Amino acid sequence: MLAHGGGGELTGRLIAEHFLPRLRNQWLEPLGDSAVLPWTSSALAFTTDSHVVQPLEFPGGDIGRLAVCGTVNDLAVAGAVPLALSLAVIMEEGLPLKVLDRIIDSIAAAAAEANVSIATGDTKVVERGRGDGMIINTAGVGSLRESLSLDKRRIIPGDAMVLTGLIAEHGLAVMSAREGLAFQTALRSDVAPLNGLIEQMAASGADIRFMRDPTRGGLAGLLADLCVDIRLSIEIEETAIPISRTARHTAELLGLDPVTVANEGKCVAVVAAEDAGKLLEACRAHPLGRQAAIIGRITDAAPPIVEMITDAGGRRVVQRPYGEELPRIC
Amino acid sequence: MSKTTPRQLVEQIADAVSRADRTIRLMEVCGTHTVALFRSGVKSLLPNALRLISGPGCPVCVTSQGYIDAACDLAGREDVTICTYGDMVRVPGRRGSLEHRRAEGADVLVVYSARDAVSHAAAHPDRKVVFLAVGFETTAPATAAAVLEAEAKGITNFFILSGHKLVIPAMQALLSAGDVPIDGFLCPGHVSVVIGANAYAPIVEQYGKPCVVAGFEPEQMLKGILHLVRQIGRGESRLENVYSAAVTNEGNVAARRCMEQVFVPADSIWRAMGTIPGSGLELREPFRPFDALVHFGLAIGPDYDPPGCRCGEVIQGKVEPDQCNLFARQCTPAAPVGPCMVSSEGTCAAWYKYGRIQAKSPSTQARSS
Ligand code: SF4
Repeated sequence: MLAHGGGGELTGRLIAEHFLPRLRNQWLEPLGDSAVLPWTSSALAFTTDSHVVQPLEFPGGDIGRLAVCGTVNDLAVAGAVPLALSLAVIMEEGLPLKVLDRIIDSIAAAAAEANVSIATGDTKVVERGRGDGMIINTAGVGSLRESLSLDKRRIIPGDAMVLTGLIAEHGLAVMSAREGLAFQTALRSDVAPLNGLIEQMAASGADIRFMRDPTRGGLAGLLADLCVDIRLSIEIEETAIPISRTARHTAELLGLDPVTVANEGKCVAVVAAEDAGKLLEACRAHPLGRQAAIIGRITDAAPPIVEMITDAGGRRVVQRPYGEELPRIC
Repeated sequence: MSKTTPRQLVEQIADAVSRADRTIRLMEVCGTHTVALFRSGVKSLLPNALRLISGPGCPVCVTSQGYIDAACDLAGREDVTICTYGDMVRVPGRRGSLEHRRAEGADVLVVYSARDAVSHAAAHPDRKVVFLAVGFETTAPATAAAVLEAEAKGITNFFILSGHKLVIPAMQALLSAGDVPIDGFLCPGHVSVVIGANAYAPIVEQYGKPCVVAGFEPEQMLKGILHLVRQIGRGESRLENVYSAAVTNEGNVAARRCMEQVFVPADSIWRAMGTIPGSGLELREPFRPFDALVHFGLAIGPDYDPPGCRCGEVIQGKVEPDQCNLFARQCTPAAPVGPCMVSSEGTCAAWYKYGRIQAKSPSTQARSS
């Protein structure tokens, strides 16, 4: 178990015995005050995100994998090639060292999968009850791909919307793993680094205007925000949205709308209509994009609104969920 | 028999409605139907002459303000942990909501079942764990099972604040009051799984209103509506069940027996509808030690609507959400004024989330983060 201590010795041992052996690379190794990276690109993408999740480990992932993928994906959807991440870990005293080791292993594995290095890092141990088990902040830098010209202002009516895979897996997996939930499902989080998939999407030559990963707030949150930004309507088709039977069933059981549930390994792309097929093919050629689908289109219907054409052939509005969507009572 | 598609069902409904040549008013009793009708887009497919009125079937919405205040008072006690379904946490009471209490340091835990509350009590013997037992016949058997479990395990720090309600007495009260014209009832699948289709017989026999039990899939709801409209067109009033795959005439006898072992029907205060005789559930004598009211010497205070809120009329089908002046202006899911906007099953929330109301108040479409 992790003990609390302000002393540099404990921190030094934590880093030397638990972090460095697992995350070792040429940038991190010197353990200097700053990592020094080579740089050639003309434009730099830079992002940061803090991660909390309960439980720390859940089916399909853990907080470490989430922290790496979250930042890698933020860079990737901005059209950048992720290069290096920083890793700041705040741990609560009493955290089992076995859990810590598993999470660092998972960070290392996710970083390798995403082909990024953890170039610099920091650890702090806080008193019991003050750190939610573990909190991780990652920042990341990447170089902008010149083959993409992502700009929301280029979105026009008629553009197609591509989603790279099954929705709602992450949120439902975490919810079902959360302590006290009286049901279990076979669902696993979809948390994964998207840069490989996005590389193939970019290489397809399709005119992609916009990309984003639908995390908290789900697909609904992403679309609602986009609609406000571009002042154009979005029409999606329920039958086209990829979702597993298990996820659909679980969401139904909990009274949740699957389009509002979080994802951690999916990307939504708005693409010129004539390139939609090309982009879809590129997605499907990648293991993370096998279930990709064209789920809708941009329209000029006024006022700007996100609407879903339902399975039953009806229509309904799609909005950003308010706060955390909670399972219903009956 | 080949399966009828939703499109065909919609056409048949339109046909039956136009033949009736008048406005037909159906009440979907339960909030789950309200949400499913919106979410599936079924509502958008129905003819204008067919009005669907939401009924008193959202567990949080029908809970009286007195109950909410009692729960908040309990939460204020040092030795009490409140275990509750998530929807209840944000309902504003006289002195704020449970969420406010939690921010002030009260121990309020969101659970997913009554059993979770029993486990919490077992794990924290130094706390008095009070479960906010609300809901209809869908959740009442689970509460009963939890009480039985606590008794069997000798857990003495587990209590329930019973706000459980029964569906049929509420339907009877609505019809007896007679101020809301209703031509027929779309009856909820999940409640009916427990109470059985036959439970609606009094509504059909005493009040002459057709009742059709349906599930929550679009085809199910459309079929239910079609059967109702056809009955009404022919001047019939019968009990039908289009969800016989899950709902039997007798219901789930084991679940009901469990419920009856622990609870006895009692008068209960409904939001805005007042006290309806025999419409709630009270712990039977041997289980009184589990009753939070008894243990803490509390009483449920008077009911009232939050100022300006018309939830009381909404749950009785007297007004639609957009007839409330606060709807989509001061009252949104992000800042709810009344329970009908708080609850995921609430009529106001369903209208707001899935209806085309944005044009009314552009500010409400702003990103909330
Ligand atoms: S819109 Fe808000 S204030 Fe008005 S009835 Fe509904 S919940 Fe009450």
